[in-house]
Order: sequence, then C-alpha cells, then structure tokens
Amino acid sequence: MIFQSNGVKLENTRKAFGQALLDLARDGYDVVGIAADTSKSMCLDLLQDEFPKRVYEVGIAEQNMMMVAAGLASTGKIVFVTSYSAFLSMKCLEQLRTFIAYPRLNVKVVAGLGGFTAGIEGVTHMSLEDLGIIRCIPNICLINLADAQSTKKAIRAVADYDGPVYLRIGRDTSPVIFTDDYKFTIGKANILKDNGNDLAILATGFPVYQAIQAFDIIKQERIGAKLVEIHTIKPIDKDAILNLAKDTGALLVVQEHYRTGGLGSAVAEILVKNYPIPMEEIAVDDIFTESALPNELRMHYGLTVENICKAARKVISRKLK
Amino acid sequence: MSPKYVIQTSKYWGLLMIDINSKVISSLEKKSRQIRLETARICYQVGPERKAHPGPALSITDIIVALYYHVMEINPQKPNWSDRDRFILSKGHGCVSLYAVLADIGYFPKKELYTLRRLGSILQGHPCMGKTPGIDMTAGSLGNGLGAGVGMAIGAKLDNKNNTVFVLIGDGELNEGIVWEAAETASKYDLDNIVAIVDVNRFQSCGPCDVIMPSEDIKAKWCAFGWDAEQIDGHDMSQILYSINLAKYKKMGYPKVIIANTVKGKGISFMENNNSWHQRALTKDEWLIAKEELGENKNDIPK
Repeated sequence: MIFQSNGVKLENTRKAFGQALLDLARDGYDVVGIAADTSKSMCLDLLQDEFPKRVYEVGIAEQNMMMVAAGLASTGKIVFVTSYSAFLSMKCLEQLRTFIAYPRLNVKVVAGLGGFTAGIEGVTHMSLEDLGIIRCIPNICLINLADAQSTKKAIRAVADYDGPVYLRIGRDTSPVIFTDDYKFTIGKANILKDNGNDLAILATGFPVYQAIQAFDIIKQERIGAKLVEIHTIKPIDKDAILNLAKDTGALLVVQEHYRTGGLGSAVAEILVKNYPIPMEEIAVDDIFTESALPNELRMHYGLTVENICKAARKVISRKLK
Repeated sequence: MSPKYVIQTSKYWGLLMIDINSKVISSLEKKSRQIRLETARICYQVGPERKAHPGPALSITDIIVALYYHVMEINPQKPNWSDRDRFILSKGHGCVSLYAVLADIGYFPKKELYTLRRLGSILQGHPCMGKTPGIDMTAGSLGNGLGAGVGMAIGAKLDNKNNTVFVLIGDGELNEGIVWEAAETASKYDLDNIVAIVDVNRFQSCGPCDVIMPSEDIKAKWCAFGWDAEQIDGHDMSQILYSINLAKYKKMGYPKVIIANTVKGKGISFMENNNSWHQRALTKDEWLIAKEELGENKNDIPK
C-alpha cells in the first residue's frame, strides 16, 4: 500500500483532483466545478475542456462562489468549489457555515495550497489554521490528504457521499506515498504500518511522508510502532484512536497545522475524556510564519523526520515513568 | 399541481395583460390584507422576548402575495418538486409574512405559525431550508441570497428547465459587496431565468438607508452591472403583477431586477415609516388597533 521512501515518484495533488473530477464527469456523475479565478490553478480546465458547461468561473469572489455552489447544490448537482485553503477557510467561512453546512448541501470544498505548500507566497496564502476553523462547524466532513493517489481516491469517495466536505490538498508536486490499491473510506483511520505496541504515530496530510521515514528509523532502534494515517479529521475515527491508545499507551500526532484546533486537538479531546495517556505532537507553534519553500519551512518550523523520531522516543519515555 | 389561488399565467408574455384583470387584482389585494393581518397576529403572539420583525415583513407582503398566489409555479404538496419556481428571501428577517403565506397555501399547518422562535419549532427566527417546507434557501445573513439564486438559475439552465428564480433583496442589504459579485455573475452567464426584486423601504436596522449608507441611484447601479432594471410602486398590485410576469416570461438573455418602492410597516398606521418597528412585538392594544385597521371583522377577510 505504501511506496518505499527511496526513489519516490512525485505528483501534483491539484492535477490529481482535476483528473479525478474529469473522471467523475466521464462516469456520468452530475458534477459542477466552480472557480474563483482558480479555474487553471486548481486544474478545472481538464473538466472544462471536455465538459464546458460543467465549469463556472465567478472571478475573484470566494463568498459569491460559495453561494453559487449552495444554489447549484440545491438543484441536485454535486458541486466542487475550488480555491486556496487560506481563502476558503476564512474569506468565505460564513457562507460555508450558514448556507452550505447548516442546510447540509452537497458541496465539496477543494482547498489547495494547504499547510506549507503555499510557502513561497507567505502568510497571506498559507493555511495552518484551516482544519481547526472548519472542525468547529457541524455537518461538515473534514478531510486532509497526503498525496496525489489519496486525492484521486478521496475525490471519488466524497462525490459518493451526500453532504458538505472540506478537503485540503497541496500545490506543486509532492511524493506519491500510496499505491493503486490504497483504500479511502471517509471517517476511517488508515493503518499503514504495524511493528509493535510501543507507540502509535497518527499523521495527517503531507507529513505522512516524513512519518513513514521516521517509522523506518525508529524501527532500527527496536521501537515497535504503529503508523496510522488520519485523513478524516471530522468525523474522527474515535474508536480506532481509542483502540490505538489502549494497545500502545502512547500517541504521537504529526500534522502541518498549528497546535490549536487541528488533529492534535481532536486526538487530545478524545484521550483526555476517555483514556488519558501520554501524547506528543509535531505541529507548528502559535506564530505567523514567513515565505520560503515548503521543505525549508518544514525544516525551520520543526516538521522533520528527526523531530518525529525524538518525539516518538519522548512519548515512550513518558509512558514508562 | 398549483396552489389554490394560482391563476395559470400564459407562457406568452403578450397575453399577460389578459390575465391581469381587476378581479385578479382585487382578490390579491384582499389576500395581502389577510397576510398582513396574520403577520401582525404572529408578531403579537410571539411576545416581546422572542420579538419578530413586523416592519420589514409588511413592506414585502404585496410582492410575495403576487409571487405565491399568482406568478410562481409551485406545488405545496410537493415542496421539492424539481421544476418549481424558486423564491429566496435574501432579507431573511422579513420572513413572518413569508411564513404566513406558506402556511396559508398549505406547506404546513397554520398552527405552526405561533411556534415561531420557540424550541422545537419548524419556524426559525430566520428562514431555514430543510426545516421549513417551502423555504428554498436558508437566509438571514444579509447579502447572500442573490448568489444562491445565481446557482439555482445555472442549475436550471444545465437541466434545461424553464423555471424562474426570484430573489427578494432589501435596500439596506445592497450595502453588502457580495450582492454585486452575484450581480456580475448573473450578467456574465446571461441568466434570464433569475429575477431580483429590491424592496426599497428606505430603512435599515439602525436608521434610514440614506444616513447609514446612501445607495445613490440604485437603478443605475444595477444597469451598470448588466441587469435590466425597472422601478415600480411595490404596493400597487397591478404594477407588481405586470413587472414580475414580464420578467418571468419575456426572456431576453439577461437578468432582470425590479426596484420596488415600498413603505416599511405598510398597512398598519402606527408602523408605517416608523423604524422602531424593525424588530418589536405588538402589545395587546396595538394588536387590537392593527386588527381593526386590517379589517379582521370585515366580511371580506377569511378567518
């Protein structure tokens, strides 16, 4: 299910989305894509070239895009709105909450440039808070994807799901982690590797890649870990997380997001109320970041393989105290 | 297929005036009075703690009566009928009159009207689709209805349907920038199956529109955004019927807006042009005056 980390293939998640959407239309799904001057940058042109009437470009007007999506969804269409996660989670948040989530309309919000993938643009275009913001809203399914392969599978899965979804994807190419037999089930934790019960690493989004490398390193140190991808942050797979907590007694969360509100918060909420055990987290501190390449930012703000290994050792040592 | 008061309008706009005769107009005017009375009754019964919005509901009563009892092709027995005309009350706070109309034509029992703003009610403080049969779009946060209408109009075009989407917007609501984003979109996609109606009652929550944020020439603005704009008296039933029917049936390849000059609180003397009635409950004495003025005891008003 997972490629080895050496000799990785790189693929673009936005293109994977555009291709998956086109495939849905070809398969007879009643999909419509809407862009806010993002029809090219979010790869809706793939759909538009073959199905010109299935793509609408509303210009630089994200709030309006959400409302047009709400209206279209009310006529029975499966609507995909596309822009960047910083804008979709903040500029048009009210439209998403009040007019899509509240009436539970069938709109899929495809949020590109997630996490550090917008890095070079700076804080204005970066979203390290979107998962926390969206997680507060009832009725929305919140998904954070790790690579192009999972993006393809997830787009089909959310098209089959009736209701509002927010999916965070990336920008440029990123390592392809998963193989063709990757299975995506909304709301289900995805156990990628199992090498024992010293701890469980719960990773979401692009850092799943770093978590896999960390897993291989600590394996050399005879640390037995479970590596789990949590792609659905809401509704979160509470049963799986509690079972992992009970099996291992130590959890490590890895995410490209602030410590507040994201997967770390979601896991902590479950643990503290049901099964308090040591938990550590690799995430971004509560500060505004700056412009740089995604991998430079990951290094600078501590989302590294080395730090994941350190945190793994630390959470195990806390368990033993 | 149609509610009991609907007189099927001809698909040919040239024949419209034949349908709009004095009998039709007087029956709709009578209906307006009845809906105003029901609006006042709800705003009295809901009480001061849950106070509703009588002023903004009374300025739009004639327009929504014209829409629901004469113009729109709908079926209260099948609220989700896919070919129906759609109505979005973008100024969602005016919903008391709309609720009164929806109950009157059979979307839900009239007794529900007096549960407004109470726990467990199907009637929320502002319209909620899914909870209230007949509500085509959630509304209340101002500025957003037109964009939703644009989406519905695009959806209708995609499915080759002939229905029309009506969006009722307040004049204060024109402060919201998103209205103009949506107006541009309708124009870009040549949506001639959407009709916006602006309720120009000249007041918004905290005062006169001219003081809070002057709109200047509303008609010129809409025209600049590529819309065909027409100004009418929003309480003159024949003008309302003519302009709305024309907008629905004469499709010219561009969106249309009807700018309706109205009176906030219309029909109840002490509420007319008095903005303290934006959101307020009627006392018993006030209700008795309203009842007298709207003629509940007169024979021509159904109980």
